[in-house]
Amino acid sequence: MLNSQCKPIFALFKINLNKKLEPLKSVADMKPGESAVISGFLDETLSVKLLEMGFLPGTAVRFNFTAPLGDPVCVSVSGYDLSLRVQEASTIVILN
Amino acid sequence: MAAKKIKVALAGKPNSGKSSLFNQLTGLNQKIGNFPGITVDKRTGLCHLSDQVQAEIIDLPGIYSLYPRTLDEKIVAEIFADQHGPHYPDCVVLVADATNLKNCMLLLTQLMDLRLPTVLALNMMDLAAQSGQSIDVQELSASLDVPVVMINARTGQGIQDLKKILAGPVKASSKPVFQIDEEIKPLVAQIRSRFRLTTDYEAYQYLQQTENLIFLSQADRDFITQLAKAEKFFPHKYQGAETVTRYGFIQDLLTKVTLKTSDPEWKKFSHRIDRVLTHKVWGYLIFLSVLFLIFQAIFAWAQIPMDFIDNSFAGLSNSLDRLFPEGPLFDLITQGIIPGIGGIVIFIPQIAILFACISILEESGYMARVVFLMDKIMRQFGLNGKSVVPLISGMACAIPAIMATRTIENWKDRLITIFVTPFMSCSARLPVFTILVALIIPEDKLFGFFNYQGLVLMGLYLLGFFAAIISAFILQFIIKTEERSYLIMEMPTYRKPKWANVGYTIVEKTKSFVFEAGKVILAISVVLWVLASYGPPEQMNQAEAVVLVQASKQTLTEAEIQDRVAAYKLEHSYAGIIGKGLEPMIAPLGYDWKIGIALVTSFAAREVFVSTIATIYSLGSTEDQTTIKTQLKSEINPQTGGPRYTTAVGLSLLVFYTFAMQCMSTLAVVKRETKGWKWPLIQLVYMTAVAYLSAFIIFQSLS
Repeated sequence: MLNSQCKPIFALFKINLNKKLEPLKSVADMKPGESAVISGFLDETLSVKLLEMGFLPGTAVRFNFTAPLGDPVCVSVSGYDLSLRVQEASTIVILN
Repeated sequence: MAAKKIKVALAGKPNSGKSSLFNQLTGLNQKIGNFPGITVDKRTGLCHLSDQVQAEIIDLPGIYSLYPRTLDEKIVAEIFADQHGPHYPDCVVLVADATNLKNCMLLLTQLMDLRLPTVLALNMMDLAAQSGQSIDVQELSASLDVPVVMINARTGQGIQDLKKILAGPVKASSKPVFQIDEEIKPLVAQIRSRFRLTTDYEAYQYLQQTENLIFLSQADRDFITQLAKAEKFFPHKYQGAETVTRYGFIQDLLTKVTLKTSDPEWKKFSHRIDRVLTHKVWGYLIFLSVLFLIFQAIFAWAQIPMDFIDNSFAGLSNSLDRLFPEGPLFDLITQGIIPGIGGIVIFIPQIAILFACISILEESGYMARVVFLMDKIMRQFGLNGKSVVPLISGMACAIPAIMATRTIENWKDRLITIFVTPFMSCSARLPVFTILVALIIPEDKLFGFFNYQGLVLMGLYLLGFFAAIISAFILQFIIKTEERSYLIMEMPTYRKPKWANVGYTIVEKTKSFVFEAGKVILAISVVLWVLASYGPPEQMNQAEAVVLVQASKQTLTEAEIQDRVAAYKLEHSYAGIIGKGLEPMIAPLGYDWKIGIALVTSFAAREVFVSTIATIYSLGSTEDQTTIKTQLKSEINPQTGGPRYTTAVGLSLLVFYTFAMQCMSTLAVVKRETKGWKWPLIQLVYMTAVAYLSAFIIFQSLS
């Protein structure tokens, strides 16, 4: 079901759905100080907003730190710092 | 010769320095108005560009792209898409943060495709220079075919250049950026010809944002929706693709014009501050101290100017009273209107101080960190990280607190915060609380240490706090909205606040309170004054005769007779009649008609309860607590023969005043902030119901 929902987005960013080797990693799985490359999104509505804010597939994202209670998180992308909720971060798929 | 007048809109992302530029261009020639349908204030102002050209500058809500994320952002797409609308600009200034050009350019490329004449203002050039970044501005301007000016909106550098460019006609860029997908070109062509639009991209916006463009008639919107449905058009998919294409263009352009990229180390200082301010111990401690400071400022420091205002207006009222001859019209002026205006002006110190604090928090970049720290906790109650500041301020006064909710972007979060803030026990409740607590709670100490009266008082504050939190929790399931709650928020680099901007914020907030909420407050206070001073003439005129008859049996001083006349008049005024009419309704709470009158008059402000009680018990206009307390203690309830103010009655009243929306000024401010009477009325009914039920339960279970 997840596949059918996400197909248009994956298609948009040319992600091969047949190559399901390992579970997808998202920004929410990153550790402070870690960097990765954005590869796609899991939520269509949210992806439009994230793209506008500079979360572009192929660009680097750096995980800076989390809030004291673990949520939200602070990341650097496209040259500036942003905070987003863990739930939102988990929709950004990364490669590393 | 009359100067030519053009309309200039300021657009750009939040934190790009739009407001600073607006203040630089317009100075104090600012006007606050309303956009229809949304709650963002419309800030407009006049600016003298050259001898021939004058500009009306309009400051738009901060946005990243034409596709809105919040209800309030819709207005921007609407203004830019409606060529015949009243706000359609002749020219747009896109204010860009030069330290982070990439995100700012997205909107610029959209404006280019709409063929709107645009000037790119590169703001914060000082910071960009600090970061080591260097851009070939001429190349940038040539590649975009858009005039580019370097400005520093904080110091005013470059403003003259910007004015010069705006005065000469600005041409629209001839460079298209985004090509509409071949598949939907026929669709766009149909819309374009039907609405006779100048660009394909404008037609494309009609297609993308049909529901947001409220200037279109329902028939027109249906036409587009039908068309989109027939062609299986999915807005989101295309929006994503559009953004990716635009960023592709921007990236290429920036690679071409960037002479030197910024040194990644330049934000090190900001990051170092973050390590302390978002630390799990220090972060909260510092935030608590900041909150305490704000609270202290509006609770205690504001008291000095407030007392001054209070005394000045009382003095003015008295001296005019002596000057004017007697007569209903003069009474209306000296006792109705002047105190009414005083009742508005009295809030200015608190509003000014709170907004000074808030704008310092916003300007310095700390507010984003407050949200970062508090979001997880507040979200569980349907509130926003930014709700903390209004809620705490609400413990001093709900009026500035509710105005402070403006900083919450999400409409639902803001509405819930507005709705629950009046539950926080404000300083106007304190006089009511102290007199009633002193009356019914013994002065003993628990374990010889904790003062019972203090404990009860603290309990009342906690009660208000929990009422706010629980109501917020329930409301998040009741209020429905299409707007999704996001927290994708920029963490701006820390900087020193610009004091002029703080000043403009204070002026703006004070003005909008005085002229918008003020009208309602004045009207209601005059009505309340009339109710309490006038009654059916036959009884009001008898007042002195009746009292003199009573007095003849006792020996009373002149002052005592005056006090009795005042009490008699209040009893037989319209407010008295309403209070008596309320008696059957409030009897289950343990109140008599005298308390009923106090409930009516204290709708003006809660502390009026004390002065009304003093008048009605013939104590004159004393506010001396011991006198009132002694009098209330000796009051006998004729039905029981025992004291009138039993513990049950006292607690019932305390709980009632903790929960009830006994404040017309709050209602007036809620009306202004929500742009309508719907929410203040729901709030009034809800809070009164909660107050009534709680007081009922308390009284019935204790008596």
